[in-house]
Order: sequence, then structure tokens, then C-alpha cells
Amino acid sequence: MDLRELYQEVILDHSKRPRNFHGMPDANRSANGHNPLCGDRATVYLHVEGDVVRDVSFEGSGCSISTASASMMTDALKGKTVAEATALFERFHDLVTADPSKAAVAAVELGKLAVFAGVHEFPMRVKCASLAWHTMKAALEGGDKASTE
Amino acid sequence: MSGRPEARAVAAFDLEAVRREFPVLRETVHGKPLVYLDSAASAQKPQAVIDAESEVYERSYSNIHRGVHHLSMLATDAYEGARAKVQRFLGAAESREIVLLRGTTEAVNLVAQSYGRKHVGAGDEVLITGLEHHSNIVPWQMLCEEKGATLRVAPIDDAGEVDMAAFERLLSPRTRIVSVSHVSNALGTVNPVRRMTELAHATGAVVMVDGAQAAPHLAVDVRAIGCDFYAFSGHKVYGPSGVGALYGRAVLLEAMPPWQGGGDMIASVTFEKSTWNELPYKFEAGTPNIAGGIALGAAIDWVERVGLDVIATHEHDLLLHGTRVLGEIPGLRIVGTARKKAGVLSFVLDGIHPHDVGTILDYEGIAVRTGHHCAQPVMDRYGIPATTRASLACFNTREELDQLALGIRKVQEMFR
Repeated sequence: MDLRELYQEVILDHSKRPRNFHGMPDANRSANGHNPLCGDRATVYLHVEGDVVRDVSFEGSGCSISTASASMMTDALKGKTVAEATALFERFHDLVTADPSKAAVAAVELGKLAVFAGVHEFPMRVKCASLAWHTMKAALEGGDKASTE
Repeated sequence: MSGRPEARAVAAFDLEAVRREFPVLRETVHGKPLVYLDSAASAQKPQAVIDAESEVYERSYSNIHRGVHHLSMLATDAYEGARAKVQRFLGAAESREIVLLRGTTEAVNLVAQSYGRKHVGAGDEVLITGLEHHSNIVPWQMLCEEKGATLRVAPIDDAGEVDMAAFERLLSPRTRIVSVSHVSNALGTVNPVRRMTELAHATGAVVMVDGAQAAPHLAVDVRAIGCDFYAFSGHKVYGPSGVGALYGRAVLLEAMPPWQGGGDMIASVTFEKSTWNELPYKFEAGTPNIAGGIALGAAIDWVERVGLDVIATHEHDLLLHGTRVLGEIPGLRIVGTARKKAGVLSFVLDGIHPHDVGTILDYEGIAVRTGHHCAQPVMDRYGIPATTRASLACFNTREELDQLALGIRKVQEMFR
């Protein structure tokens, strides 16, 4: 297992220059996520119109994996329906926890997000990669808090 | 100190021989020799401690303080022998002043729940410092909440030293208990516990010292400090986890109510009333970590054989060397620069999160701790979410700290 499988160029790029990294005054859904183990925090903002996620952004502080994961998630979710967003959450979860029967399918369906496949080799980092996703799901479901614990 | 005695002390310390006593140091991690820089979280064990614990189970294990049979006598003698070693290790006057329990956390909780609940009332105050571990914050918060008392915190300055003027100002006749760590786990600051004790005693407070991070690094003398309670954990002084000790002045322990009820802590039990056993057994309900306690005794023997003064000299040299080689890395800032430090190099890197540092260093075989180190208020004080912490033990070498510095440069390379 090479470290570069975890720290792929695209992940490093998103961690250094996160996309959609700002607040959202007209957000109609949002939630705060917290990883108590390492102190990472993420706030995810959604603007949902009808059934469609029109806009997504995030703020917070965390390691490169959690920042890149949040950044790439926001890119991936724009324009998706709520059902599609929920399905992506499930696929991403399958990918990083590497349920062998599902990970391969997940990797195909996730497209660019498949770069996070290497995370499953680093059990201590799975929570980093999933923080923003859990937070997004909490926001979609109308909760305001998510924790990786 | 003049150069000569220090040079002699270093010469007396055979680092290679000490390293050979730790079997784990022969392990490789991701194909690299293990560089263990996480002893502040928990220390590795020398063969003597591992052997002591297995020997108990192989030859002399039984419950203690109970049976009339041979094994029970052997186990009881060995366990009480360990207590006597702890007494000597801490410089306590009597072995009945040593309560053996699970560790420092349990000791702080015991003092908070037994002494604290009896002596702290509404409007009273408990004083701690800004560099405490959660285990020396939360038990006092729980006590203060229950009693309507107030928890006061003496702040630390940018270097990580307690502001002694503020500490003195915060002491008042309402202060019932002062609880401070001897050495900070997140920053390495050595607190002036003797001076703090004098000041606290002058206003009538009792003093508890959390020695979890001090006991592995410097010789402790509770009577020289003058404190009322002192606690440390076995697993940080090269002993087993799940065992540690609380020292309490006999006159205070005598007057304190028991904390947990059960077997071994009673003198007699009827359904109407029970009476308590003598010290220290009054505070030792239930079957303890017997083999662990005996192995803690072996750990103390081992540490004393190597010599705490010699260990302290070696670790001080490592600390200076580590501070120097880390200080040469652009974009690295050491967090915690107190004039007196022991065992800890905590740092942050510009633009790189400690979690990433920890993962990449692990691939170099280097074990460090990343995170808030169970000291979130310390992190808040510096406005950072976390640090990377390299912590030292007697078996570490200058070369290992050079490898750490090299590893950090690799981390920076990856995130360039």
C-alpha cells in the first residue's frame, strides 16, 4: 500500500484549494458536523429547490482528507435530486468502508469520487473522509448536527 | 549545573543496553524500524516488567488479602511489596498513604468524590490551571456542578507557563481544593508545584497534583512538594495499564469517607451497618489488578535501576536536540516553550493538519500522537484544533529525532 493511494493528486489539490468553501446566505438546509476524535469540524449548506439540490457549500477546518472529501462532495452534488444525493452518500460509504461486494460497484457509480477508495486501507481516516457526507445527510434530513461518533 | 557531573551521568547511561530491554523496539512498521515517540500517551514495556507480570500468573497468582493458602500469601506479599515500592518512589512517609487503583483518572475522581463531596459546598471554589488534561478538569466540574461551587482556572501564557500572579489572585479563602498537573501532557510544561502548594496552603486549600506525565521523567518527592494528594499511572512509567497510585496524607485519608463500597474495604458488614477497613484498604473495594500491581512494582524497580536522574538528563538532552532540529524546519512552530519542560515536543505545521502528519510519519515507522491530547482547552488557548506531539522516553535517541525531522520534511514535500 503506497501513501500516494491515499494522498492522490486530486485529493491534495482539493485540500489546498477547496471548492465551494464559503457560507451560503440563502441556504435552506444546513448542519454542523464534528469528529470528536480529531476535532475536525464541517458545516454543510444546501439550497434545495423542490427535489433538486441547486447549490452546496461548506465551511470548517480539518485534515486534507476531510477537506478534499467535502470539496469534492459539493462539486458532485450540485444539480442532483435529493434521492440521488442520498444514493451517492450510500455509495461513498460503501467505498470508504470497502464492503467488498459493494465497493467495486460504488467506485464506478462515484466517478471522480472514487479517488477516495484508498481511504479504506487507513481505518483511522475513514471518519475524516465521511465527515462532510454525514453532515450533508443530516442537513438533507433536516437535522442540524452530525457526528462521526 | 557544571559540565562535569552531567557528562558523567550521560556516560553512566548505556542507551543501547536500555533499548535492548524493550522487545517492541525490534519491531518494524511499514518496513521501517519502529520509532516510538508516543510515550506520553503510554510507554512501552521493558522485558523485566513483561516477565514480572507473566511470572505472577505462572507461579504465584491468587486473590490477595483473603486466603490462608500459600499462593494467596505469595500474591499478597508481592502486591503489598509493590505498594511499598510506590511509597518509596513517591517519598511518602507510610505505605498506608498509598492507595492502589486503576490510574491517575481514577485517583482524581476518588479525591473529588470523597474529599471533595465532604469539604466543598455552595459558593466554594476549586482552582485548576489552563493546561490541565480532561481528567483533571471534568471530575472537578462534576463536583462543582453537584455542590453549587465554582471552578476557577489559572490561565497560561503564550509559552505555556501558568501565570503565577493570576494563580495567586485566584486563590481565596473560598478555595477548598487546588488541583494541578506536575507536567503538562500537551505542552510539556513543568509546573512549580512546590510554590503552588505553598500558596494554596497559605489560604487553607488542599492540593492535589496530577503526576501522570511527571513520574516517568523526574524524581518525585511528595513531602518536598508538600502536596496533600499525588497521583500517577503505571502505564506511563513503563508498567502495565489499569494500575496506578494515589498518595494522600494519612490524616486526610483517615477523615475521608470511602468512595466505592465492596469487598476488602470493610472491617465488618451487617445488614444494619458496615464499618470501614483501615487505610489504605478503605479505598480499595473489590479485587484489584493484582498482577498489574506487582508488575508496577517491577517497573519502579526497573526505573530506579536505570536511575531517574540519569533518565532525566538523557531526556533533557533529547528535548534540546529535538527542539533544535524541529526549530530548523521552515513553517514549523513548537507549541509549548516553557522554560522548564519535560518529555514533550508539540508542534504545528503551516497549512498541514496534524492528522495528515501522523499518517505520513506512520509510513516512516514513526509513532506520534495527533489531536487535542485530551486537553481541548489548551488547544483553544492557542487557537488551534490540534497538534502533532512527539513525546520522549528513556529509550529514544537523537537519531530518532533526526528521523522525525526528516519525516516532517517528507510531509511538507507531499503537501508542497
